[in-house]
Amino acid sequence: MSTRKPVNPRGWWFVAPVLVSVAFSAIIPLMTVVNYSVQDILGPSQRVFVGMEWFKEVLRDPDLHATLLRQIVFSLAVLALELPLGVGVALLLPAQGWRSSLALVICALPLLIPFNVVGTIWQIFGRTDIGLLGHTLVLLGIDYNYAQNPLDAWLTVLLMDVWHWTALVALLAFAALRAIPQAYYHAAAIDGASRWAVFRHIELPKMRPVLLIAVLLRFMDSFMIYTEPFVLTGGGPGTATTFLSQSLTQKAVGQFDLGPAAAFSLVYFLVILLVCFVLNNAMRDAGKEDA
Amino acid sequence: MTRRLPSFVSRGLLLAWLAFTLVPIYWMVHMSLRSNDAITGGFSWLPESVSLANFERILTDPAWYSGYVNSLIYVTLNTVLSVGVALPAAYAFSRFTFLGDKHLFFWLLTNRMTPPAVFLLPFFQLYSAIGLMDTHLAVALAHMTFNVPLAVWILEGFISGVPREIDETAYLDGYSFPRFFVRIFLPLIKAGIGVTAFFCFMFSWVELLLARTLTSVDAKPIAATMTRTVSASGMDWGTLAAAGVLTLVPGIVVIWFVRRYIAKGFAMGRV
Repeated sequence: MSTRKPVNPRGWWFVAPVLVSVAFSAIIPLMTVVNYSVQDILGPSQRVFVGMEWFKEVLRDPDLHATLLRQIVFSLAVLALELPLGVGVALLLPAQGWRSSLALVICALPLLIPFNVVGTIWQIFGRTDIGLLGHTLVLLGIDYNYAQNPLDAWLTVLLMDVWHWTALVALLAFAALRAIPQAYYHAAAIDGASRWAVFRHIELPKMRPVLLIAVLLRFMDSFMIYTEPFVLTGGGPGTATTFLSQSLTQKAVGQFDLGPAAAFSLVYFLVILLVCFVLNNAMRDAGKEDA
Repeated sequence: MTRRLPSFVSRGLLLAWLAFTLVPIYWMVHMSLRSNDAITGGFSWLPESVSLANFERILTDPAWYSGYVNSLIYVTLNTVLSVGVALPAAYAFSRFTFLGDKHLFFWLLTNRMTPPAVFLLPFFQLYSAIGLMDTHLAVALAHMTFNVPLAVWILEGFISGVPREIDETAYLDGYSFPRFFVRIFLPLIKAGIGVTAFFCFMFSWVELLLARTLTSVDAKPIAATMTRTVSASGMDWGTLAAAGVLTLVPGIVVIWFVRRYIAKGFAMGRV
């Protein structure tokens, strides 16, 4: 990092394949959505330009505000639980040997199950009559029923997400920890640093770039969560676990309101973009202060 | 003041976490070994009788096992294409400064942030228009939208870990760029390619919405086969659980190969 990277416009040739492949599948659909968002689509060949009408409607929609709030609370809860847990698991994982391999593979298992299967398994797992989780909770004397009690449903979706995705944070954090040279630990041992000091002043700063990736990935993906709660609770009871993607799909497919749905998804996209931009810059600046 | 946790405490905590991970998976295996009547009939801690009938159904019925083959084909295609286009881009981001590079990097990332739900219809229209519907290539290309940015991101970190002197020495030794890249550079970032391939494989393997929208028969993924069978014949929990158990197998194989690379460690540099 001591010398600056040379300026080389040839870089554009290297990134061209990425640009072409991503632009093909991203820009064309995005422009289609922008196109929908300013039109009233009455039929396959009948459409009327309505300007910002849908955006105004969407931004004033009280249902949307409630869903957005629910979504934000969910994503914050996901980050607040999965980040410390993932880092904790990474610190606990053995560094090498067959135990390390076995633990890594077991940790990664939930990541490899298709989303709808995750939802289906938890749907049975949480049932009080035939599911292990529900049955055990009832045996312990806890009044639990995710199909009827909104709080239980919400907590079950959250627990499912923690089960499903904490491993992603753990794998990334583990890889970052293993990249720290032993010399840092020796130096800390000579200084008589406490375990906390080692974590705070060596491990955490070294993990920061990887953790930033973990935070951004978990934020984006939890903010767009769709399949798992849809399969597990169908968004209910009531609207307790209806997150943004699901109410969006209801608009687009269920009511076939393409215009408002498109406007909604653009607002949605911009919210994610804004939060990621802020998180990205905030964590980078925090890194600079540390160094 | 204890300097670190006693080893039995940390071992116990780790075992508790692994148990938490395994319990729902145990329940899936448990269900896959029982008949539907037994599953919905009542609760039991252990399967009362073990039957492989659910697995047999999947492995002998072409409607089921072709789903696996389809998923494997498009996931492999996606992984190869994503890593293939991401490699030169990651090299450029790591080694050169060029007009707009930082903005381009963030723009790439934004493609991971498009909520799939409403983009399904435009995707459907796009792939119908170019005649790619119901092909493995369509799903592979659609999944590149979220895998390529991640691949560039991870690979850039690994490439930045390789000292730039190596590139310069190779030029002085008279290597052409393509020969240097393939012969010298790629072997150096083998671990990075392995880790990237794992993440591409994983995100493509578990994605359902796009894969289901873009396919109908010839390229239908296993996860979609599962939803359709369920809606057709009520809830076929046993077969569904067995199919779920089988979806774990390819992933376990892949992570077994990359576990050493992950354990060797990587620190992704810039963001």
